[in-house]
Amino acid sequence: MKITFPHMGNTYITIKAILEELDIDVVCPPKCSKKTMELGTKYSPEFVCMPFKLNIGNYIEGIEKGADTIFMLTGCGPCRFGIFSSLQKEIMLDLGYKIDFITSDRFSNIEGLKEFYNLLNKASGKKGVFKILNTLKKGLKLLDEVDELNDLMNKVRPREIKKGEVDHLAIEFENEIITVQGFKASFALIDEYNQKLKSIEIDKDKDVIKIGIVGEIYTLIENYLNLNVEKKLGNMGVESHRSTTTSKFVRDTLDFIPLIRSDKKQVYKAASPYLATPVGGHGIHTIGNTLLYKEQGYDGIIHILPFTCMPEIVARSILPTIEREKDIPILTLVIDEMTGEGGYETRIEAFVDLLNKRREVKDYGKAISWN
Amino acid sequence: MKIGIPRALLFYEYSPLWIAFFSNLGAEVVLSEQTNKRVLHQGTQTTVDDACIPVKLYHGHVLNLKDKVDYIFVPRIMGVSKGDFICPKFCGIPEMIKNSLTDIPKMINTTIDFTKTDKHFNDTIIEIGKYITKDENKILSSYDSALSEFNLYKDKLKQGQLPTDTNNINIFESNNRKIMLMGHPYNIYDNFINMNVIKKLRDDQYDVITPEMIDDNITSEYALQYDGKIFWNFARKLIGSCLYEVEKKQIDGMIYICSFGCGIDSIVSEIVERRIRKANIPFMLITIDEHSGEAGFNTRLEAFTDMIKWRHNLENNLSTHG
Ligand code: SF4
Ligand code: SF4
Repeated sequence: MKITFPHMGNTYITIKAILEELDIDVVCPPKCSKKTMELGTKYSPEFVCMPFKLNIGNYIEGIEKGADTIFMLTGCGPCRFGIFSSLQKEIMLDLGYKIDFITSDRFSNIEGLKEFYNLLNKASGKKGVFKILNTLKKGLKLLDEVDELNDLMNKVRPREIKKGEVDHLAIEFENEIITVQGFKASFALIDEYNQKLKSIEIDKDKDVIKIGIVGEIYTLIENYLNLNVEKKLGNMGVESHRSTTTSKFVRDTLDFIPLIRSDKKQVYKAASPYLATPVGGHGIHTIGNTLLYKEQGYDGIIHILPFTCMPEIVARSILPTIEREKDIPILTLVIDEMTGEGGYETRIEAFVDLLNKRREVKDYGKAISWN
Repeated sequence: MKIGIPRALLFYEYSPLWIAFFSNLGAEVVLSEQTNKRVLHQGTQTTVDDACIPVKLYHGHVLNLKDKVDYIFVPRIMGVSKGDFICPKFCGIPEMIKNSLTDIPKMINTTIDFTKTDKHFNDTIIEIGKYITKDENKILSSYDSALSEFNLYKDKLKQGQLPTDTNNINIFESNNRKIMLMGHPYNIYDNFINMNVIKKLRDDQYDVITPEMIDDNITSEYALQYDGKIFWNFARKLIGSCLYEVEKKQIDGMIYICSFGCGIDSIVSEIVERRIRKANIPFMLITIDEHSGEAGFNTRLEAFTDMIKWRHNLENNLSTHG
């Protein structure tokens, strides 16, 4: 049995390591690319959201690399539950692939977790409770560290003295992490790159613009889809922060287990004056985190959503009110297959210009009042 | 007191219940006009551009009630039965309205959420009724009698009457060919949105079947045959209806009316289309957006019904010669 799985930003690092630790043969699909998108678009329903299409592309490319089993991650917001993977399965079978599927429906309750455990136990040749729990626990830690590494890159990039150093390290890291196996090597590599990032020469006192990125999780963390928005911003001298990450998402889902903590409550509470209840996906996070970023003094917000994403459209109707009432500029980027790199970049540049001007006006105001 | 109900979204499923409930309580119920160009235009103008047509229309219908009523009934619907999921937009509709429309009457935004338990069912009913009277007994009895009326109405649907029909029709006793209309109730029963497809089919001697004519228990049971757990209420109904019809072989064709920009339709229509085509039943998908033109639609519809007729003639010829 050779398992492949769909990409979702950096999550592949952890999924790959977990499966390797359990002695399960794993085939990591190639990074999402234009080819992935084309394959996905060709075989998916025309108007389905982008994550669905990229998944299909990943499966096909994973099979091309030798996989015979697909592990489907289905528990991703009520939007996708169950039905998303059923149709994907049907599409793959109709295409004539002779493959098996492993799906786990939801992790948000004990039964779902048990089911997941049984799957892993079987696939790993009965490794047993202790080993599997331990592996998952370490997996969660790896998720955290991968996300923290990304956060660090976003902090250093706008401040680096020699342009391009972070980007260079980022590419090197990607090339290397795919070649190492298991937790020990993965953690060590992350450590190494942490050190390398920290030793990059930076302008400590640089007063950088800060942008919070909110929106649909998949688009937020899959750099192919968001056209590397964090990197772009960093290279324009802007520090960005992504509000939703896989590690946060996993915590949100698992926080019914004692000892697993999430910031879900805080986010919901922040959102409550504008949105009273969760609306599925990450709709309420978009609202809550926008307000939290404002409180933390961020200069602006970028809202990213795939075309036709239902929960984010709800959020999108509310954001203009927040923009007005809280005086925080918000840029909305709707992503579809046609999103051109060019037009997108111009809009981001214009937005950053606007934020810079606002800063100047603010600082100028301060300067006057001092005199 | 005047209560306004927008003629959009779940209106097409629950209107008899809501209307009877508010009327029993002594309120005057005012409905927005039938969907028309103006309603659509106003809705489109006030919503984010990538919203689906039904949500845009909902905004238009709310605006249509402006200055005509004391309250507009805009419930927040999270789910009507245990474990259910419903489109995120239903959960967020009060906020969408509040943030996109100004100067509209006060709203009744009661949350309808029976996804975990229905223990608080009566509290929900009372919360809505309190806008009109303080008398809790009256509220509950008004609801009970509205519900019995609603059940009678649903029985009629099961005989083949459409929510928009006023006379009794029983299509299951007729010999006409049958075409199934699939899609969200607010797409298939809104005659502006469906471009009058029901009348056109009937004029052409076809009977129209819709998912609402099949009992929920049956559709849920058939939906189980589909791989995976289907949490979406709407998906369960449509996929169940589809599998049921495939087995029963009582339909001669299927037309799926899909909203452009609807994430749920995009998946459900694909699942349904694959199953219907595998069963060799003619299938037509119509995607509705602001620019859908009736002329193009008529041509496609005629081609589709012609094709069904030819198929029958061919089959008849083959059987008489064979
Ligand atoms: S949250 Fe949005 S992008 Fe994700 S599955 Fe739902 S509709 Fe698709
Ligand atoms: S289910 Fe589809 S058509 Fe209905 S409101 Fe949601 S997105 Fe729009």
